[in-house]
Amino acid sequence: MSELSLRTKWILGILLGTVAVLYVVGRVLRQQPEGTVNPALVRRFNERVRIWWLMLAILAMAMWLGTEFCLLLFLGVSFWALREFITMTPTRPADHRALFWVFFLFTPLQYLLIGLGRKYYDLYSVLIPVYASLFIPARIAISGDPKRFLERSAKIQVGLLICVYAFSFAPALLTLEFDKSKWHGSNEELLLYFVVLVQLNDLFQFGWGKLLGRHVIAPAINASRTWEGMIGGIVSSTLLGILMWWMTPFQMWEAGLITMATCLAGFAGGMTMSAIKRDRGVSDYGTLVRGHAGLLDRIDSLCFAAPVFFHLARLYQVSPAN
Amino acid sequence: MRLTVYLLTGLAKFLSGPSVRWVDCQPDTCQRVYFANHTSHLDSLVLWSSLPREVRAVTRFIAARDYWEKTALRRYLAKTFNALLIDRRNIKVHQSPVELILREIGDTYSVILFPEGGRSTGEEIGEFKSGLYYLAKKRPDLELVPVYLDNLNRILPRGEFLPVPLLSCITIGPPMYLEAGEPKSEFLKRAREAVIRLKYV
Repeated sequence: MSELSLRTKWILGILLGTVAVLYVVGRVLRQQPEGTVNPALVRRFNERVRIWWLMLAILAMAMWLGTEFCLLLFLGVSFWALREFITMTPTRPADHRALFWVFFLFTPLQYLLIGLGRKYYDLYSVLIPVYASLFIPARIAISGDPKRFLERSAKIQVGLLICVYAFSFAPALLTLEFDKSKWHGSNEELLLYFVVLVQLNDLFQFGWGKLLGRHVIAPAINASRTWEGMIGGIVSSTLLGILMWWMTPFQMWEAGLITMATCLAGFAGGMTMSAIKRDRGVSDYGTLVRGHAGLLDRIDSLCFAAPVFFHLARLYQVSPAN
Repeated sequence: MRLTVYLLTGLAKFLSGPSVRWVDCQPDTCQRVYFANHTSHLDSLVLWSSLPREVRAVTRFIAARDYWEKTALRRYLAKTFNALLIDRRNIKVHQSPVELILREIGDTYSVILFPEGGRSTGEEIGEFKSGLYYLAKKRPDLELVPVYLDNLNRILPRGEFLPVPLLSCITIGPPMYLEAGEPKSEFLKRAREAVIRLKYV
């Protein structure tokens, strides 16, 4: 059991309360007579709110149980996202053993190293980009199937990099050490700040795109992402980021800049994952197997934003010498 | 024993992340023959554990006697899952596998069958062996339910013992029957196509 501060508990409570209010709003909207609201939009809104509720409740529970449980939760999410990724990526039988180690060695090891604390930063920041990236092609080569060798290696590497490596920087926020005399918050708050802003950024981009969207960025990749949506979304998130600066160890203006950079990365994540989906000819990562949006569709922007936010936040750590 | 079943079905489900789709077919405890494509050792277990509890209770899968009676552990597992053990070697008159299956299922149990006769690599579904036809001929009242198991060949393929935990999909299709006077080859072809069709729904 961790010792969440009263302040963090309050923040969690307020967030959960807000989502509960949104849930009620969605319910009311659904009861509205036909013609007053767009039912497809309401359904989408309700679906989102339900997912937020689930995400927040599970995250709050894990935080309450302690850092180890948070890491386990994020490990589980990474594991499932990677399953979705590899399931829709064609591999050949000779990739089997490489995939086994990817799932059962590299994925848990990345989170284990993060859990061991910040002195392992040097190792966990290269484990997957260096060692797994070298291991995967080598293991496939040993299996002896040269057909589309580079392509197969690259697909597995990209999956591991996005779903596990990049995403793992979100819970790694919990291992940073800040100067408590200057900032009274907790690392859990910082993680919440990050998750909430990136998720809201998705919503803002969607909303602004619906309202003002004229110029689609890349129609062949994603027909609903527009320049207007992206700019409107990032401006809104940045403003919100500034207002919520007290959840972070940053100054107000720093919080704004960091949020902007993080949300840009989140946007890039959404675009990249859309491109991968178009390439595979699916609309959602879940469709292949379940007929509705998969987990990877929910966390694509978090995956790309996590390393950016982590490395910026890391600059504010107390140096080990102090 | 309960615990063993619980653990093993849990493990199989964890490794294969199955999503189950019933297409023009409802779960039912009536006597059925589920016949599916066969690509993995996980097939029986995953399909069986994807059925609703009350259906599972009356559904048995078939296992090779020579393999599953070799060690104490295997005997225990076969007994735990109430597997229907079939002798592949000593096939005598009135002891044919079809007769054995019919005797074992009586008028309560359903059975899971892999008519290809062995595991394939998964790219293509092999020709069906005739067991399904004789079963249907002797017991025309059995519902023959086609099942397509997708992606299990990537999770635990033939000749592998280390699993890769991808997601799989189990599609259970509309029951079919042997038509009066339908020739064996045509029936088997129709049954095979019923399984293949589920790949695309």
